[in-house]
Amino acid sequence: MKFGVVMFPGSNCDHDAFYALSVNAGKDTTYLWHKDTVIPSGIDCIILPGGFSYGDYLRCGAIARFSPIMNEVIRFANSGGYVMGICNGFQVLTEAGLLPGTLLRNSSLSFVCKDIFLNVRNNNTAFTSLMQVGDVLRIPVAHGEGNYFADTETINILESENRVLFKYCAADGAINEESNPNGSVNNIAGIINEKRNVLGMMPHPERYSDKMMGCSDGIAIFNSLSKQFEII
Amino acid sequence: MELYSELEVTKDVALEVGLSENEYEEILKILGRTPTYTEIGIYGVMWSEHCSYKNSIKLLKTLPRSGARLLVEAGQENAGLVDIGDGYAIAFKIESHNHPSAIEPFQGAATGVGGILRDIFTMGARPIAALNSLRFGTLDKARNRFLFRGVVEGIGHYGNCFGVPTVAGEVYFEDCYSDNPLINAMAVGIVHKDKTATAAALGVGNPVMIVGSSTGRDGIHGASLLASREFDEKTDEMRPTVQVGDPFGEKLLLEATLELIEAGVVAGIQDMGAAGISCSTSEMCAKAKTGMEVDLDKVPLRENDMSAYEIMLSESQERMLVVIHKGMEEKAKAICNKWDVPLTTIGEVTKENIINITRHGRLVASLEPSTLALGGGAPQYDRASKQPAYLEETKNFDLSLIEKIPNDEAFTKLLRSPDIASKRWVYEQYDSQVRTNTMSIKGDAAVLRIKEIPGKAIAVTTDCNSRYVYLNPYRGAMIAVAEAARNIVCVGAEPVAITNCLNFGNPYDEEVYWQFRQAVRGMGNACRALGTPVTGGNVSFHNESQHRAVFPTPTIGMLGIIDDSNKIMSAGFKSPGDIIYLIGENRGGLEASEFLKEICGIVAGDAPLFEMDDELELHRVISMLIREEIISSAHDVSEGGLAICLAEKAILSNDKLGADIDLGSEPTTELLFGESQSRVVVSLPSTKENEFKKIQEKIKIPVSRIGVVIADSFKISGCIDSTVEWLISEYESAIPNLMKGNK
Repeated sequence: MKFGVVMFPGSNCDHDAFYALSVNAGKDTTYLWHKDTVIPSGIDCIILPGGFSYGDYLRCGAIARFSPIMNEVIRFANSGGYVMGICNGFQVLTEAGLLPGTLLRNSSLSFVCKDIFLNVRNNNTAFTSLMQVGDVLRIPVAHGEGNYFADTETINILESENRVLFKYCAADGAINEESNPNGSVNNIAGIINEKRNVLGMMPHPERYSDKMMGCSDGIAIFNSLSKQFEII
Repeated sequence: MELYSELEVTKDVALEVGLSENEYEEILKILGRTPTYTEIGIYGVMWSEHCSYKNSIKLLKTLPRSGARLLVEAGQENAGLVDIGDGYAIAFKIESHNHPSAIEPFQGAATGVGGILRDIFTMGARPIAALNSLRFGTLDKARNRFLFRGVVEGIGHYGNCFGVPTVAGEVYFEDCYSDNPLINAMAVGIVHKDKTATAAALGVGNPVMIVGSSTGRDGIHGASLLASREFDEKTDEMRPTVQVGDPFGEKLLLEATLELIEAGVVAGIQDMGAAGISCSTSEMCAKAKTGMEVDLDKVPLRENDMSAYEIMLSESQERMLVVIHKGMEEKAKAICNKWDVPLTTIGEVTKENIINITRHGRLVASLEPSTLALGGGAPQYDRASKQPAYLEETKNFDLSLIEKIPNDEAFTKLLRSPDIASKRWVYEQYDSQVRTNTMSIKGDAAVLRIKEIPGKAIAVTTDCNSRYVYLNPYRGAMIAVAEAARNIVCVGAEPVAITNCLNFGNPYDEEVYWQFRQAVRGMGNACRALGTPVTGGNVSFHNESQHRAVFPTPTIGMLGIIDDSNKIMSAGFKSPGDIIYLIGENRGGLEASEFLKEICGIVAGDAPLFEMDDELELHRVISMLIREEIISSAHDVSEGGLAICLAEKAILSNDKLGADIDLGSEPTTELLFGESQSRVVVSLPSTKENEFKKIQEKIKIPVSRIGVVIADSFKISGCIDSTVEWLISEYESAIPNLMKGNK
């Protein structure tokens, strides 16, 4: 399987995602340039990495959404291709309408970088197939605007359709207010679209995909995706 | 072409731009004529304390500035360059942004980070880590909380967006920094030895280009008038001299710059920080012994009606002056277009040693670059110095007079002291992991892997206990270097080089200059003994207000190398049952201690005793214990003494591990909280104790077994008895409590 990592101006986790995918997960990986209007054939999953695309001026992800490559990313997603937005990438996906809701400023009003725990809520997806429901992953967050918000109706749909893949939790898996780093509704850390091929998450699995970094829980997401393709 | 001056220059004009009467006379002599208005502006800024180092350069030259690993000599390029083997080098430097941050904390600190990052990537190195060393007045004052909050947000804003992990630093609170906080930013980058760039205007006929942002009126007089003077009631009016940072612009500039250097189109490059185009053109020409023709009409401006004077002095951020090899202009343009970074030719390199500046078709400046540049024609002064009067009093202070309180009460107060308490409130606002190299921020220094060289890592730290330096500038500065090295050693690295940021008061004050002279001497001696030469840095004088100077604060930024990244060490306890040893001598004494300041409200005594031979032996021992995989944790004893060191080892353990410590019956306050130097507390599995004891016989400094690691509880000889949970709660809540309700 082959990954493509989009480079927006201001992306700064692009190299990290590339390294995690190519070196840690050992997958064929290539960069995609924001000005490109074609996605090379053979790409199975597109990663929108973290960072501050276009300086996050105006609103996080609001300008990146108009990048030439995004038309292609939307087309790619609509035709069933896997797309994963991490942190700023998640923000871009909500701005582009590929995922519902939005990311507000953290309830603390401060940027926060720390390890958090994720409770896996659904393993019946390409992104989580190697996990068990209730598994706890340690993965860091690093954002100023990661407070997931959507209207009640949308939240109800996401919950009832099992489209919340990850919730912030305590080390023992308990989903409570203390373990919510940013004020997200229902501790939501990552969601998937209706067709279940587009994932957006605020935490950074690419940062903890390598034992040298002290934890490699994040690589399970990339390995799950790869497994999907081995089966096919 | 005849020279044009928009204003007639007189002695008074020279004084207004910050020059002295003598300096103006000197300029008249150099030129053999009256300077134009633009020229006097350029001299004003280039001969300012900030750019010329006129009152420090002679002493700085006494520091050890060479070593086998140094690839450039201190001051030769924008940052130091240290060979780490396998074809790679680390560029690193620390710099102050005190004055701007004092009047506009967010942008002042943000642009401080931006400036030091540019110093790194202008050498062709990709920034891989940022650090900072911060000092504020005490947090009971609203103004200090405002400055603290603004500075931390500014540092986070710039570094997080740019994409460099902020991995280490220090924050101290002391009254003397109330009006004049210290904001020292350090950056570290990696470069292949064959891919470095130089800050020289090489190649006659080569085009000179500005890459990056347009030039505006921000920052004019920032270096010459704001940063080179003390604070007074008018300083607030200088807020417009503080630049405004655009980290997104800098990120694009980084990528474009590295790609330009990689593509081989760059003949020379220097970032534009203090003194903007004036500084970059003159220093690059002085270094290459060339000249330049520069047409200011070509400089992209934010406001069209800017004068030559304003353009030359603007400190607009995110700009580079780049000399491109002739014939490679198109290639350079293509790279900049790719990154949407503007690139504009503003002139060319000439053979004659003259910089000619034109504006609206008129020649507004014609100057010999070497007369402007640091180390060339810029003034170099010997300043008079005399021992400060206060030292008599502080040295002779009778410590037997202090009122002590019960040790457990003192322990709690120290744990809550903002100097000691957790800085989580600060560091969680910084992205410490981007670029996925950060292996540890839980030791005495941060450890980063080097992806380019599998198995290799570096350690970085900043250090200075300015209270020690205030009480004994010579010994205090030695201790600053030694403690930095101790921290590097405690994570398993070999100290290799330093950068320094020397923050002092007014150099024209003889007592301040004595502090400076002694501190430089102490630093030099320590660096020589430790084998860590000075690769460069920055001097910030005039840190004072209302006749009060800050404590002399020579901040040390140190780099260490780890050859085997499997053998890095952290500070926290690892397993119950591990044996705890103190390595190094307890010399007793509460002089200069955090205890004395926090409990008694006194800054007095001499700096702690310090013996370099003991320090070197300590380093040898700790390095060996890590290399031989005998110990499982190491943490040096610093502010708050042995009791606080042990508490920190408990707090930093992953599983709420505490300790049962026996320091004899009724340990003294001096033993618990004294800050004797050259001490490290280690813990080791009991299975390693025999091996340790064999080594112990050959250790030339005292070693004592002081206790054992236990679960959940923390006890010292019956006088301190608490849970680790309580320690954590006190330690973690102190700064958030002080900052509460001040959003």
